[in-house]
Amino acid sequence: MKISKGKLFDLYAVMLKIRLFEDRIVDLYARGLVPGLAHLYIGEEAVAAGACAALRDDDYITSTHRGHGHVIAKGAELKLMMAELFGKKTGYCKGKGGSMHIADMKIGILGANGIAGGGLPIAVGAGLSAKWRGTDQVTVSFFGDDASNNGTFHEGLNFASLHKLPVVFVCENNQYGISVHQKQHQPITDIAIRATSYDMPGVVVDGNDVIQVHEAVTKAVRRARAGEGPTLIECKTYRWRGHHEGDPNQGSRYRTKQEIEEWKKKDPVKRLAEKLLADKVVTKKKLEELEANILKEIEGAVAFANESKFPSQEELYEDVYVEG
Amino acid sequence: MREITYAQALNEALRECMKEDERVILLGEDIGKYGGIFQVTAGLLDEFGDKRVIDTPISEAAFVGASVGAALTGMRPVAEIMFIDFTTVCMDMIINQMAKMHYMFGGRGKVPMVLRTNIGAGRGAAAQHSQSFHALYVHIPGLLVAAPSTPYDAKGLLTEAIKNENPVIFVEHKKLYVEKGPVPEESYSIPFGKADIKREGKDLTIVATHALVLRSLRAAEEVAKEGIDVEIIDPRTLTPLDKDTILKSVEKTGRLLVADEGHKTCGVAAEISAIVAEEGIYSLRAPVQRVCSPDTPVPFSPPLEQSYIPDEKNLIPAIRRLMEYT
Repeated sequence: MKISKGKLFDLYAVMLKIRLFEDRIVDLYARGLVPGLAHLYIGEEAVAAGACAALRDDDYITSTHRGHGHVIAKGAELKLMMAELFGKKTGYCKGKGGSMHIADMKIGILGANGIAGGGLPIAVGAGLSAKWRGTDQVTVSFFGDDASNNGTFHEGLNFASLHKLPVVFVCENNQYGISVHQKQHQPITDIAIRATSYDMPGVVVDGNDVIQVHEAVTKAVRRARAGEGPTLIECKTYRWRGHHEGDPNQGSRYRTKQEIEEWKKKDPVKRLAEKLLADKVVTKKKLEELEANILKEIEGAVAFANESKFPSQEELYEDVYVEG
Repeated sequence: MREITYAQALNEALRECMKEDERVILLGEDIGKYGGIFQVTAGLLDEFGDKRVIDTPISEAAFVGASVGAALTGMRPVAEIMFIDFTTVCMDMIINQMAKMHYMFGGRGKVPMVLRTNIGAGRGAAAQHSQSFHALYVHIPGLLVAAPSTPYDAKGLLTEAIKNENPVIFVEHKKLYVEKGPVPEESYSIPFGKADIKREGKDLTIVATHALVLRSLRAAEEVAKEGIDVEIIDPRTLTPLDKDTILKSVEKTGRLLVADEGHKTCGVAAEISAIVAEEGIYSLRAPVQRVCSPDTPVPFSPPLEQSYIPDEKNLIPAIRRLMEYT
């Protein structure tokens, strides 16, 4: 598969947008402007960018507690995200959901999800629905390495394969289930081998290489759209920050600084920037322009969130049920 | 009017809704060829095909979660869980997903689905196939909970549940499936949150659910011989709950007995008693009585199970106790 220069640049733009958004959250969280929990995606950008670039606007994703990257890659608006993270009424969920629950049905975001493994059966349902409705929409379900130990993973893959549903299961193997290393939470190294049990293709890719991710997901999406069923794709990657921003010293209780530094050398964003420059896809100036534009958008989002109001007290009782 | 069973009435509601709206699809264990453990889906596979009547693996999280995802993307799934006891294995999908999405997403997205299941002891099925913990779902905001006691209510409430825009936990009662009653042949809906007065009376109010409605009706006939005139209110839906009808009845009779097959502690009867204590205590001339299942697992041995099940043997003495207060 040949990825065009324009596409490569677009992939980079999405990855950089995620990186800079998350970098800004580090700062805003430390200053107390983002309440609650913030599970950041820094280091894993290639997975969301590569996968979502294989989708159409009307395709679906289910995301995770570490979902900012997925929803940005699927086209979420930064200002609505930022307002939601601030708990403001102008946010995606009117301030009722926060970081872990961003959803937008119009662009196929069926929700980030606070429960590990919670999204897989929902993705299966979206797949069934597309099949029943006779559309060729595809659903990508993102989940982590440790979620692959949950029953929902096995139940979801079994059901999807049984009914040949248009679902792509994208496992972000960032090596840790919160503080527990993969070696301590499962006896296997490659989660993709579990695909065999459910009679579907299982693929391992370098999750820090956006091209590999994009190629694998594109192939799986094509197969899904053709009615040939689901695929399991495991993306090996690493989270740079702690499990969430409250995790002391980026998770130093359970991993070494050296380990983090080793993975930072494989920075997916820097890696692509270097490739773009080496292959003369873009000039350094164009990359700087891109960064400046994204930073401007992020500052606009922060300003929007700051200026927005918190929900009124009455809103506590709104949207518990659909009225009428 | 012709009489059909509770199971047949539910079957008719499903058939009519499936004919009317092709987004209605059924998922569950043994609902296809087998027709459902209590024959509620009998004949529907033949009529609508295996694309719309799906026999699922024994994989509750998968098919209840899939129902949530399908509802979120434009379908109207009706999932069946064979016994309420089995809903525990997919609790995340019910409580954290189905019930939360509309609120948690700030109104973006809705989950118009029905989860049919049943409660009730009395079949010698012991502690994991006989429970009545429907109160658990009444405790969770975001879910609607229906509790039909007659074939007429079963058909009308299920039709409403399928057409409703919210997730509905539709709680049937396994001892009622064979009970017969008059049911119109045409399609109709019973609005949620409207209690039905199953028997009018002036001396005492029984708020009864599910099989306790029938048992209370029998108890009422028995005590009528002693000159006691019992009123029986069937809430029909537990969320929303028609408080007004209950409070109005208690205002008239001054005596309240709440009868529900759930455990006594933290159950539906506890909630209704609390509402009357908060909003209608000055109507009461006697302490509230509750007739519920005891706070034990459901026992297997027939004599023990009979003792466990709340029925006339508990209702009649409770009625007499209430009548001691003048």
